[in-house]
Amino acid sequence: MNLNALTIHQAQDLLRRGEISSLQLTEAVLAQIESLDESIHAFVTVTAAEARAQAQAADARLAQDGVAAPPLLGIPAAIKDVVSTKGVRTTCSSRMLEDYVPPYDATVMEKLNAQGIVLVGKTNMDEFAMGSSTEHSAFFTTRNPWDRERVPGGSSGGSAAAVAADQAIFALGSDTGGSIRQPAALCGVVGMKPTYGRVSRYGLVAFASSLDQIGPFTKDVTDCAIVLEAICGHDPRDATSAPNPVPNWPEALKQDVRGLRLGVPREYFGAGIDPEVEQAVRTAIDQLAGLGVAVEDVSLPHTDHALATYYIIAPAEASANLARYDGIRYGYAAQDAETMWDAYSRTRGQGFGSEVKRRILVGTHALSSGYYDAYYLKAQKVRTLIAADFQEAFERVDAIVCPTSATVAFKIGERIDDPISMYLSDLYTLPGNVAGLPGVSQPCGLVQGLPVGLQFIGKPYDESTLLRLAYAYEQVSGKSYKPALSQGAPH
Amino acid sequence: MRRYNQFEATKGKRAVKDSDHTTTITRADVQHVANLARLALSAEEEERFQHQLSAVFEHFQKLSDLDTEQIPPTAQVIPLTNVMRPDAVEPSLPEQDVLANAPDREGDQFRVRAILEF
Amino acid sequence: METTVAEKYRTVIGLEFHVQLLTESKMFCRCSAQYAANPPNTVVCPVCLGLPGALPVINEKVIECIVMTGMALNCNIPEFAKFDRKNYPYPDLPKGYQISQYDLPFCVAGSLELDEEDGGRTIGITRVHQEEDTAKSTHVTAPSGERYSLVDFNRSGVPLMEVVTEPDVASPEEAAALGRKLRQIVRYLGISTGNMEDGAMRCDANISVWPADAPTGNIKVEVKNMNSFRAVERALFFEQERQTRILESGADTRVTETRGWVETTGETVSQRIKEAAHDYRYFPEPDLPPLQLTQDWIETVRASLPELPAAKKQRFMAEYDLSAYDAGLLTQSRDLAAYFEAASDRAKNAKAVANWMSRNLLRRLNESDTEITECRISPEALAEMITLIESGEISNRMAQEVFDQMFDTGKSAPAIVKEQGLAQISDESELEGIVAQVIAENPAAVQDFNQGKKRAIGFLVGQVMKATRGKANPGIVNQKLQEQLRQS
Ligand SMILES: [Mg+2]
Ligand SMILES: [Zn+2]
Repeated sequence: MNLNALTIHQAQDLLRRGEISSLQLTEAVLAQIESLDESIHAFVTVTAAEARAQAQAADARLAQDGVAAPPLLGIPAAIKDVVSTKGVRTTCSSRMLEDYVPPYDATVMEKLNAQGIVLVGKTNMDEFAMGSSTEHSAFFTTRNPWDRERVPGGSSGGSAAAVAADQAIFALGSDTGGSIRQPAALCGVVGMKPTYGRVSRYGLVAFASSLDQIGPFTKDVTDCAIVLEAICGHDPRDATSAPNPVPNWPEALKQDVRGLRLGVPREYFGAGIDPEVEQAVRTAIDQLAGLGVAVEDVSLPHTDHALATYYIIAPAEASANLARYDGIRYGYAAQDAETMWDAYSRTRGQGFGSEVKRRILVGTHALSSGYYDAYYLKAQKVRTLIAADFQEAFERVDAIVCPTSATVAFKIGERIDDPISMYLSDLYTLPGNVAGLPGVSQPCGLVQGLPVGLQFIGKPYDESTLLRLAYAYEQVSGKSYKPALSQGAPH
Repeated sequence: MRRYNQFEATKGKRAVKDSDHTTTITRADVQHVANLARLALSAEEEERFQHQLSAVFEHFQKLSDLDTEQIPPTAQVIPLTNVMRPDAVEPSLPEQDVLANAPDREGDQFRVRAILEF
Repeated sequence: METTVAEKYRTVIGLEFHVQLLTESKMFCRCSAQYAANPPNTVVCPVCLGLPGALPVINEKVIECIVMTGMALNCNIPEFAKFDRKNYPYPDLPKGYQISQYDLPFCVAGSLELDEEDGGRTIGITRVHQEEDTAKSTHVTAPSGERYSLVDFNRSGVPLMEVVTEPDVASPEEAAALGRKLRQIVRYLGISTGNMEDGAMRCDANISVWPADAPTGNIKVEVKNMNSFRAVERALFFEQERQTRILESGADTRVTETRGWVETTGETVSQRIKEAAHDYRYFPEPDLPPLQLTQDWIETVRASLPELPAAKKQRFMAEYDLSAYDAGLLTQSRDLAAYFEAASDRAKNAKAVANWMSRNLLRRLNESDTEITECRISPEALAEMITLIESGEISNRMAQEVFDQMFDTGKSAPAIVKEQGLAQISDESELEGIVAQVIAENPAAVQDFNQGKKRAIGFLVGQVMKATRGKANPGIVNQKLQEQLRQS
């Protein structure tokens, strides 16, 4: 058995019974990174030495705490390089932050560290989380473990690929328009974006503040519930953090789904969807119906306007969030400038990649004098309409089911020069961000040998229902999805 | 007075009807916006971004289909108000951490090119 | 009839004040707001340093401070307020935007009434909003001639309240008076030191001069860099003259610009520097939920407002029968007014207290640059001294000496009187003897008196005083002299 292929709950069990040590588990994960990452490129930074030290500390604590140990004690994890890690460089896969070492931990890191996780590394992403393919990393493109010629999705492509390739037991990503769910779908793992406000954003390098959420990548739904429980909760350092109590999700997910009502939004099955993807999703829905879930059609009439809304709001907020990169306190600083303004512009012109520049320009224009009403304010109003669509649907159903992405993983380079077709990759995920809703993606089949994602979208703070549905589907489908890895193949 | 008047003037300028604006992004628009955002662009980038932004803003035109006259804007989806903290002091960052990432420093300060010429 | 230059033009001035609030912690983080006492870059954290991922959280004290100010300035306090991002990249602005307020500030549409002696006009207050202060930069020229700047982020994120007036101010004098009035109010509220000298209060002024019979145009000159109200007055006066001269020349060549006041030369100079265009692109701050102030909360704050200078002044005039001038002097600060009230309560003679304070105490405080709160004469001690005068134990003249010693040493009036034997001689039999002796020793003066030269009595009083080293009660001396002279 390859230890690195274990799920959290499997590893937890073995660790608590003393059958394996965290150090053994960590070594297996590090070995997998060592042997595979040259071809997958999931990691920007591998923290092998720190990981071993943390694993040893975890083993000592395990010996003391035994079954009372926190659920994530000694579990090796990979963290998207957009989450601040004290003493470990946090690059956002940008030239701008290539050497930036945060002097503080994000709240999620404090929570995970308190449980005693083992940080094995920071994962690659689209620069500043802007992208859907991880091709916009300033360093390298992450490969899809299922097919190295294809993208892993994005922007959390490194985290998704690392979990799919057993280079970590679980990972964290961030989701602003689908950046957890879409790569989870394309890499065949479970990925969840919690309700906006569930997870503290303190220490998450901001892309679009009103949309960003941190969430887990895991190998199964049970693990998703475990990580979710570990990272959620009110944080006084984030004013947008929800005061809602955190349920016991690992318990909640086992509840029967019989009688739940599931809505199928007809707008999500329109033009552009790969028919085989649609087929896989519909088959999954049928299986859920077989469990006594009531399925009905619903309408989200403003779906067509979500893309424009999102691509105005997110860049507008980003244009301000990225204004702090000026080469003064940290980060890249252009050396070839004469004046202060020159230094500013060159630092930013040289430090940011194309996609980031493009979005800064779009956002700046959308907010600028004379255009604010037509773009930014208009998008905010349409945001109201999109949220209302979901609210109406949720008066009839408990959750919405749909594909995560219209297609399976696309080829590297295929969409890179066409922003709009790239933006369309997030068509089924970004409305959830616009409305602040929780969403989970899990694999529901293969098309041309590549995983298809099934997505559930829920009411605000109702992650429980999503996890129940995902767990029920996982049980009934009885399948697990593992790429055939050239090295260190599991089982 | 200036701030107030600026506020009014900006407000006035912003009061553009949905139908009044054009979506064509000119090279000058790209230069203006790049200047506001303090982004140095090469000539090649200016041209590329002009095309791409034109396509993107063309797509945004879609929103003008919708009559949103009576619709309130949503800036945040969370139903929170009055989130505040008590006026209490906690320790600041250790000094060495403050300047550790500085590209340029002099003593305990950050060093930058001359800000203003008096 | 000829019109003078002054009659031909009118001056339009609008003011913006930035006031640092006296809180323990900064506006959006828990760093100490007492930045000035610390070495550079030692009171900073991820939030006020603008580190990636850091988030702001509102300091509740700040909201209370600004709402109190709004109430003191007769503003409407809307129930709904929010913060916005004001985008402008600058090295002293770590996030590249300032968290400020755009269209929904905490206080709108107020007014501030100037004192009678400052013209007594009412100036409109457009708004009062809350924002964060910037970092501090220092400009350096190296021996090599190289110029660069150094940035210290300690001040970054200190709460800053901005008060914007309507363009109602009509003269440089009025501008300075308005500034002083606002400073008095923030000090009364205890929310700021209001010190211009150390930047805790800053004033930017927009000024334009127009022909009296023509409508106002849209050229505006913003004057900055004044670090006292005297400087505000001088800078605006300079600018008024400069603009008037341009208009007098026949061609209006003025432009909208920012001009800096140079204290040493007494001039304003254009600060037009090559800067990228400004477009603040305000939008709602997504990191901060809006504020919904309940009527209950607003009323609680209103109830906690201290008595404000104008009301206190009126009350002093009514309750203590003081002149407007004295009432104004004694209410210039909350501490001074409290001192007056404490002394008056004890002395039961408010007028005497007011006189001693306005004629002696304030002069001594000013001369020695001492705050009333550090004065060595307590209000009770002043009251005690006044009681000694009234009971005739010391004369007014002696009291001057006693007061000065009290101020210098902090000793009580009775102690000083006792130590130095300053008690007034009011004993009638003792004085009768001295009077008799003086009459006996000055026959010429007595003769003058008897011949109708009434002024001669003054000489005799002087002789009694001389004999008693000034301690004789002058009233009794006078009375005894009259009696004995009549008898003689
Ligand atoms: Mg301001
Ligand atoms: Zn701070």
